[in-house]
Amino acid sequence: MSDMIVPSFGNDEDSGRKLAIICSKGSLDMAYPAFILGNAALGEGIAVDLFFTFWGFDIINNKTMDHLKFSPVGNTATHMPAALGPLPGVTSFATHSLKKSLAELDVPEVRDFLDLLKDSGANIWACQLSADMNHLVKEDLYEGVDAIINASAFIEMTDGAQLLFI
Amino acid sequence: MPTTVIEGHDISVDDEGFLTEYDQWDPSIACALATAIGVDLTDEHWKVINFLREDFKVNGATPTLRRVSTAGGIDTKSLFALFPKKPAKKMSYIAGLPKPAGCV
Repeated sequence: MSDMIVPSFGNDEDSGRKLAIICSKGSLDMAYPAFILGNAALGEGIAVDLFFTFWGFDIINNKTMDHLKFSPVGNTATHMPAALGPLPGVTSFATHSLKKSLAELDVPEVRDFLDLLKDSGANIWACQLSADMNHLVKEDLYEGVDAIINASAFIEMTDGAQLLFI
Repeated sequence: MPTTVIEGHDISVDDEGFLTEYDQWDPSIACALATAIGVDLTDEHWKVINFLREDFKVNGATPTLRRVSTAGGIDTKSLFALFPKKPAKKMSYIAGLPKPAGCV
């Protein structure tokens, strides 16, 4: 047994590594990078705090979170002629095909993905100012939201964390 | 490719110690691997390990946590409780499989 090669899973020491993700945009294609990176970090034993602010509030607002859209307007990476982007029906088509590609890879929809993050131990915070601007209270938000907090509380609680702004 | 001795058998592993040959694994090896990383195997652990082995045999890839929960019926919270901190890597290590390649 003495020469057995054992991977290091970092059991003995708590690395204390933390990741703070600020989600400031509410389109479908801006929600997923946060979800996927957060999920990956949780799977590595890293503590994750997500802060939803401004347009990112749509991702945790019960009214909007199941209907996020993807628009090709202003996104050159879709490789389609820019003039087509604003045409009627293009956004709903683009949204539909993005959702389809994600579903084919068994990537969960927004609400299910938030459930997955919660089950994996993520903390989910809603921005106080965004809530006030939209006249929303905690009951209007995704049930897994831990609390509505202000920006300084978030900055304080993520002391020492690596930060990702999306 | 290194070889290591587990339970008296010569076992092929990668540089990190993950088994590389599906057929070199058996339950006694799993117990040795679990002990080596500080996991005490219970029936719940075996449910996960057996699902991983079966799913890999059928699909040729180690299932992700998401797949263990949707197709294997073991929820994510339990996976984090059974294999603390790094569930995907720990469960595949004990099951004698490569780390899952999928992101979700």
